[in-house]
Amino acid sequence: MRFARATLPALLAGALGGSAIAASTPVGDAQRGAEIYTRCEACHSLQYDRTGPRHCGLVGRRAGSVPGFAYSAAMKRSKLTWDEQTLDRFLANPPGVVPGTAMTYAGVADAQERADLIAYLRAAGASAACRAMR
Amino acid sequence: MSFFDYPNVTIARRTMLARSGALLSGAAVALLAGRDALAAQSADAAGDVRILNTALAAEYEAIAAYQVGAESGLLQKPVLDLAVTFQGQHKEHADVLAKTVQKLGGTPVAAKPKYEFPVASLKTQADVLTFAASLEKGAVSAYLGAVPLFANRDLSKAAASILGDEAMHWAVLRQALGMPPVPSAFVA
Repeated sequence: MRFARATLPALLAGALGGSAIAASTPVGDAQRGAEIYTRCEACHSLQYDRTGPRHCGLVGRRAGSVPGFAYSAAMKRSKLTWDEQTLDRFLANPPGVVPGTAMTYAGVADAQERADLIAYLRAAGASAACRAMR
Repeated sequence: MSFFDYPNVTIARRTMLARSGALLSGAAVALLAGRDALAAQSADAAGDVRILNTALAAEYEAIAAYQVGAESGLLQKPVLDLAVTFQGQHKEHADVLAKTVQKLGGTPVAAKPKYEFPVASLKTQADVLTFAASLEKGAVSAYLGAVPLFANRDLSKAAASILGDEAMHWAVLRQALGMPPVPSAFVA
């Protein structure tokens, strides 16, 4: 039921055209974020470049900078550095924040879900698996 | 009727392939018929091509992942046949997506020469199925996130058709793993 409760408000928020970014940023829960991250796994993984770039080391990384990954021109010139704020904005509406991005995904409308996802990405970046890649 | 309920794998596979062909031909009609309708929206075509190419890249990766599973020696019949069937459907998705990109005047992305998968952690049939299920679940989410972005609503419809197919894959894989096949009323 947690899944359904989390999903329906997001669907309705999008349908009603509400602001995707809440006035105050909620506190993220990495464990919930791990479940939300499963939505990303058609294109992303922590350790491997796939359709999208690897996520180990994402937080603090300049956008478009993983060596050898074929980014869109739009992402390479975005001048973003991934932190809580830029990730929150991007995840809410990827094509809106970086027009021309290859991440053609409508976004995560729910601010709590974004915070959870970002908390997971930060925690995963500090995991042994990711540390081993440095 | 599930894949596992057919009297033998050959009949099951033939029946499922025939049915998937019927489903995909519906998607193909939406994508490939009506050249004028697609061409008429050329101002938006670049954006639609970008969405289709991202989906195409993910489909190529899914095809490669199923190949790894099929060649792992870990899948036993009828699960092996199931994986090959699903891989075939991903190939059909990729074919339609690539042709549609071309029809819109774009250049389809090519499959990578090599993909990286967590092969070291795939030690049992359940590991392979769990990995495949994670890709299928992700594909459902990816298509769900793409459907509202298309400028051409026919493409949204076609993407939703593929989404439905990926969702069926995910559910069947969960069933094969002994998990509730449909874990919730909504996908995200």
